[in-house]
Amino acid sequence: MKESKVKKYSYFGEVWRRLKKNKVAVVSLFVIVLIIIIALLAPVLAPHPYDQNNPSRSLEGPSSDFLLGTDRLGRDILSRLIYGSRQSLQMGFTAVIVAAAVGIFIGAIAGYFGGWVDNLLMRLLDIYQGIPMFLLTVTLAAVLGPSLRNAIIAIGVSMVPGNARFMRACILPVRDMEYIEAAQAVNASSTRVIIRHIIPNSIAPMIVSITMGLGMAVLAGAGLSFIGLGAQPPIAEWGAMVSDGRSYMRANPQLSIYPGMCIMITVLAFNLFGDGLRDALDPRLKT
Amino acid sequence: MFELEDNDNILEIRDLVVQYHTDEAVIHAVNGVNLTVKKGETIGLVGETGAGKTTIARAILRILQTPPAKFCGGEIVFKGEDIMKKTEPEMRKIRGDQIAMIFQDPMTALNPIEKVGFQIAEAIGLHNNIKKTEAERRACEMLEMVGIPMERYNEYPNQFSGGMKQRVVIAMALACNPDLLLADEPTTALDVTIQAQVLEMMRALKDTLGTSMVMITHDLGVVANCCNSVAVIYAGEIVEYGTAEHIFDYAKHPYTIGLFGSLPKLDSTDRRLSPIKGLMPDPTNLPEGCRFHERCPVATDKCSAQPPSVVEVSEGHLVKCFLAEVME
Amino acid sequence: MAALLEARDLKKYFKNPMGTLHAVDGIDFVLNEGETLGVVGESGCGKTTLGRTLIHLIKKTSGDILFEGVDASNPTKAELKVLREKMQIIFQDPYSSIDPRMSVSDTIMEPLIIQGLLSKSDRMAEVRRLMDTVGLAARLENSYPHELDGGRRQRIGVARALALKPKFIVCDEPVSALDVSIQAQIINLMLDLQEELGLSYMFVTHDLSVVKYISNDIMVMYLGNMVEKSPADELFKNPLHPYTKALLSAIPVPDIHKQVDRIIMQGEITSPINPRPGCRFKARCQYATDKCINPQELEEPTPGHFVACCNFKTI
Repeated sequence: MKESKVKKYSYFGEVWRRLKKNKVAVVSLFVIVLIIIIALLAPVLAPHPYDQNNPSRSLEGPSSDFLLGTDRLGRDILSRLIYGSRQSLQMGFTAVIVAAAVGIFIGAIAGYFGGWVDNLLMRLLDIYQGIPMFLLTVTLAAVLGPSLRNAIIAIGVSMVPGNARFMRACILPVRDMEYIEAAQAVNASSTRVIIRHIIPNSIAPMIVSITMGLGMAVLAGAGLSFIGLGAQPPIAEWGAMVSDGRSYMRANPQLSIYPGMCIMITVLAFNLFGDGLRDALDPRLKT
Repeated sequence: MFELEDNDNILEIRDLVVQYHTDEAVIHAVNGVNLTVKKGETIGLVGETGAGKTTIARAILRILQTPPAKFCGGEIVFKGEDIMKKTEPEMRKIRGDQIAMIFQDPMTALNPIEKVGFQIAEAIGLHNNIKKTEAERRACEMLEMVGIPMERYNEYPNQFSGGMKQRVVIAMALACNPDLLLADEPTTALDVTIQAQVLEMMRALKDTLGTSMVMITHDLGVVANCCNSVAVIYAGEIVEYGTAEHIFDYAKHPYTIGLFGSLPKLDSTDRRLSPIKGLMPDPTNLPEGCRFHERCPVATDKCSAQPPSVVEVSEGHLVKCFLAEVME
Repeated sequence: MAALLEARDLKKYFKNPMGTLHAVDGIDFVLNEGETLGVVGESGCGKTTLGRTLIHLIKKTSGDILFEGVDASNPTKAELKVLREKMQIIFQDPYSSIDPRMSVSDTIMEPLIIQGLLSKSDRMAEVRRLMDTVGLAARLENSYPHELDGGRRQRIGVARALALKPKFIVCDEPVSALDVSIQAQIINLMLDLQEELGLSYMFVTHDLSVVKYISNDIMVMYLGNMVEKSPADELFKNPLHPYTKALLSAIPVPDIHKQVDRIIMQGEITSPINPRPGCRFKARCQYATDKCINPQELEEPTPGHFVACCNFKTI
């Protein structure tokens, strides 16, 4: 499939060219890439193991040993922040990819076939969405048992209906395009029409939504860990770290502030990048 | 109104240049257009997509988005005053009151959630200091005038068909009795029989009200139907201007001749059309010399070297072509 | 001339919440090989639905379609695959009919890939040949639609339709979205192709001057019915149906000396939903009489000239 590579380049090349002009988006992308690198190289970058207890040096301020100080158990905060990026990104990416794949699949089928298929799927989603999303996430995580994997499942499942609906909405205008009929007129199968024509032409807003979803998922993951339903000790996770720091808010606010800032920066980077991506994908929307 | 008596030109455009500046390139939309509209006259502005017709109309109303659009020169004199020098509040008084515009797509020109009668009354009330009931009465009159029974005053746009909507738009445009009406492809979105109805109505209304009109269209049939004079526009320049008779019977510019050749004629027996070869030039990269020379069947070396000047081949018949100079 | 395509009492109804929309309501015609049938009418008359129904893009409600003398009314999947090689369509809007994410060569090649024709290596050669046939420069093969103007896009549409070497092409307003000078180029191209390849066209349009130019026969449709059908010249010389007359007189003629007295029709096209029996044009017809509430029979006053109006002799 050499040809398809060339094609991708020409379309995404165009997008990239426009994206590069948007400073905010470029900075956000830089931050995202930086966080990914930090997560990948955590064992190399972190000065200490994240779970190394030093009971004698608990709740210390910044020093040459511990650049950002230590927590209740004397663990190095910087190292835990560095390792924490792994959990946040893992939760964000896995949950969003699962949710997007299932959502695009359902949305594409509902949007393309219409009629009773559409009706059935949409009514099912209606019921599903009648349950408040955060409540659903919490319940799922609680029922499945607190663990990182179950938090991912809970977040992913709760994001499916939004993605499905959004995908369906993106598909509807494309479905009525004459090039769809043109493909049908040469006997193209439904699968081919959906994969070759409908999805490539309706995916752009979906990509933006997925990017924004990453921010949401990171936040939701941190939230679950904060209430103890996500990552379990001694794993370092930003949400859990904020939670751990609650008891020392007065004397050692940095325990909560540092991981809180990490969450904020990550979510902000994803959202701002998503914004920039939207402008780059569809310059007409730019005002 | 008195200053008009010694000058019956309602609108004079002189050397108008408008460009669109985008990140990538400069689009040369209007490149030195001169145009005069006399009182009570209907002038047809004929050209193809991208020729700059709509840009001119929008420039007259000063509703071009700047940026990306940029006025690079020229003046637009309306009733003796340069529109380009007006402030925005002054323009707001002119728009809709003295100059009105009809857009191609009636769907987008009407507010879908307001009653049509109300929309007309609102347009009247905006420019006239009159009572609400008076504005409503006038709105009813306008509806009747464009052939819509006034019982439909309280209906919403979606209850009207395309042709009826365009009538409402026309009623709205004429509600304040403007001096100049800009009609941008007013019938292109309509079916032939409805187009005939609307054109007929516009012609009758214009005669009654004495409004001057600029009719922007790509359809020479529409022009033949309702215009006194015609300006043929190509790549942002007027290449030929004259009375309807000049253009339809004695067309001189190769582009105008080519346009007529492209039309299938009802009474011809030829099996082939004679189209203009090639495509419209890229407005970001217009050819040197005469803009048309690359597509022109009679172009010479001179045409690619320098732009032709405008020649008056007979009284009131202007042609921008070297050939016309020779013929003269 | 052998008959290529025949429709017998073809009907297509759409159900919607307001009732049944009679988009195509009993159309009969025969199209010969190498000839063009023009179908004219205003928006909503069912001309587009007729074209789509004939090539099975829309499932018909009832009636028969014969292709090359063989019944093609209810094709199986395998029969449909064969039929679609022989019947193609060119669309109105060159902007929405070409997938913006596919390059020119991919678009033209798609029919060949789907139908599994030619070897992989021969396909590109065939695409180049097709591009040459429709007058697209070879350097454009890797271009994307957004880089091209309407005329060139429409040439891509023509090349795609030709890729399977069809015998019959439905042309759904193929030039009405194009500028006049480009319109003429495309019409000439289609005429040349017809001559070279022996194609039959069904040319659907609202533009009467274009249809006269390229059609052998013209069918005038009004609200799903055929109101008149005749050889092209005859229709323009001697229109019989009041709707045809009004339609002809409504064409804006680009000639200032020939401004005919228009028959300005009253009102607008009525709703095709749950139509009452009788002539569908009677609400707008200035010659309507009591007889018009009866269903209109198709008469043939001169050979090949059909009209569905009970009063045509007296008007």
